[in-house]
Amino acid sequence: MCLAIPMQLVERQELEGTVELGGVRRAVGLALCPEAEVGNFLLIHAGYAIGVVDEEEARETLALLEQVIDDMEEP
Amino acid sequence: MKRDDPLSDPRAVEAIRRRLVEVAGPLEVPATFMEVCGTHTHAIARAGLRELLPPRVRLISGPGCPVCVTPIDYLDRAEALAALPDVILCTFGDLMRVPSSRGNLEQARAAGADVRVVYSARDALPIAREHPGARVVFLAVGFETTMPTIAAAMDEAEQTGVDNFLLLCGSKLIEPPLRALVQDETVEVHGFLLPGHVSVIIGSDAYLFLADEFALPSVVVGFTPVDVMSGVEELLRQRVSAEAEVSNLYARAVRPEGNPAARELLERFFEPADTKWRGLGSIPGSGLELREEWRHRDAGRIAVEVPPPREPEGCRCGEVLRGGIDPPECPLFAGPCTPEQPVGACMVSSEGTCAAWFRHARPENRS
Repeated sequence: MCLAIPMQLVERQELEGTVELGGVRRAVGLALCPEAEVGNFLLIHAGYAIGVVDEEEARETLALLEQVIDDMEEP
Repeated sequence: MKRDDPLSDPRAVEAIRRRLVEVAGPLEVPATFMEVCGTHTHAIARAGLRELLPPRVRLISGPGCPVCVTPIDYLDRAEALAALPDVILCTFGDLMRVPSSRGNLEQARAAGADVRVVYSARDALPIAREHPGARVVFLAVGFETTMPTIAAAMDEAEQTGVDNFLLLCGSKLIEPPLRALVQDETVEVHGFLLPGHVSVIIGSDAYLFLADEFALPSVVVGFTPVDVMSGVEELLRQRVSAEAEVSNLYARAVRPEGNPAARELLERFFEPADTKWRGLGSIPGSGLELREEWRHRDAGRIAVEVPPPREPEGCRCGEVLRGGIDPPECPLFAGPCTPEQPVGACMVSSEGTCAAWFRHARPENRS
C-alpha cells in the first residue's frame, strides 16, 4: 500500500503536475512537494508526489552497484 | 533480468549474498531482523531473498501492511455506513475483499451499497461535487506515506467548499508499534529494516529512539532486491560489531528530516489518537484522528448501528503480524485460507505476509 513509483515531472501549473514514465502520463497533485521542478523525478503515491528523488544520491547508488558487480567478476 | 534495472541485477544480489556470509561469520547466536513494510514483505518474497540469507540470519515480517492491521470493527463500521442510503463510500481497492465480521465491501456493493474504488483520496472530490445531497465517506486507511495525500485532499475540499467529503479514520503511525514490539518479551528482534516510503515523509531521524533508547540497529532501505540485501548486510554489520545506529541506504529518497510540507499538512488536520491494531491490540497514540475543528468531517461520528465484531475462528493473523509465527504455522494457511478465499486479512492484500508466502514461498509455486 505504501508503493510509490518514481516518475518525471514534465509540466506543472501551480500545485497540479503532469508526470511521465515510459510514455505513460498521469496528473498528480503537488501539494506535498511544492518545491518540485520540471525535470525532477518525483515519487508518486496515491495521486500525489510525496518526495523528490535526489539524482546525485541515485547516481551514487548506481555507481556503487557497478563497483560491486565489477569486484565480483574479477577472477 | 533486464540490463536497465541494475538494482535488481542478480549479479549484484549474488555479490551482496557472498558479503553477507562473510559479515555473518563472527555471529555467535542467531540474528532475527524484522521488516515493517508490506511492500518489503512482497519484494522479499517475490525475489526469494529469505532463502539467500546465511543460516543464522532470520528475516521476519512485522505489522507493516495497513490493510492487515485494520481491526475488524473498522470494516464492520465501513459496511454499516455504506448501507446508509445517502452515503457513497470511497476506498482504495485493497480494502474491498478484507473480511468483516459478516462479509466484505465487495459483497456489500453487490447487495446494492454505493461503494466506489478510487486510486487517490482526491478522486473522491469530484464524486462529492457531483452528488451534493450525498455524504461521500473516504476510508482513510494507511501509514504516514498515505495520510498526507488524504490531508491534501481535505485541504482541497476545505478550500473549494466541498462540505460533503468525510473521512472514516483508520490510519496508523509507525513509531508506537515499533516501541510496542521491542518491549514485547514474546518477540525477539535484533534490528529493523525500516519502511522506505513512510520514511520519505517522517525522515530517518524519526527512528533515533531505536538506537538511543533500545540499542537496536536499524536501516532505512528501498524496495529492490539490492536495497533489501544491502539493508540486511548493514544490520548484520551493526549486530556483529555491537553498534546501534540508524543507517539510511535510501538517501536518494529519504532525508533525515523527511518531507516538511507533508508533515505540516498532516499536523494541520490530524492529531494522534489511541487506536486498535489487529494482532497488537490498542496502542496509545498510534493512530490519527481529525482535529476538533474538522470533526464535522469525521464519519466516525455518524450514528449507525454496528453489530458486535466476530473474528474468524482459528485465524492466527494476529501472531503473524507480531512476527510470532510464520504463515505456514497457521492451521488455516493454504487450506481454508487462500488469496481467492481469504479468511484473514494477511491473506487478502498482496502485501499481506500470508499472501506473499502463499504466492512466492511455497515450494510448488517456485519456478
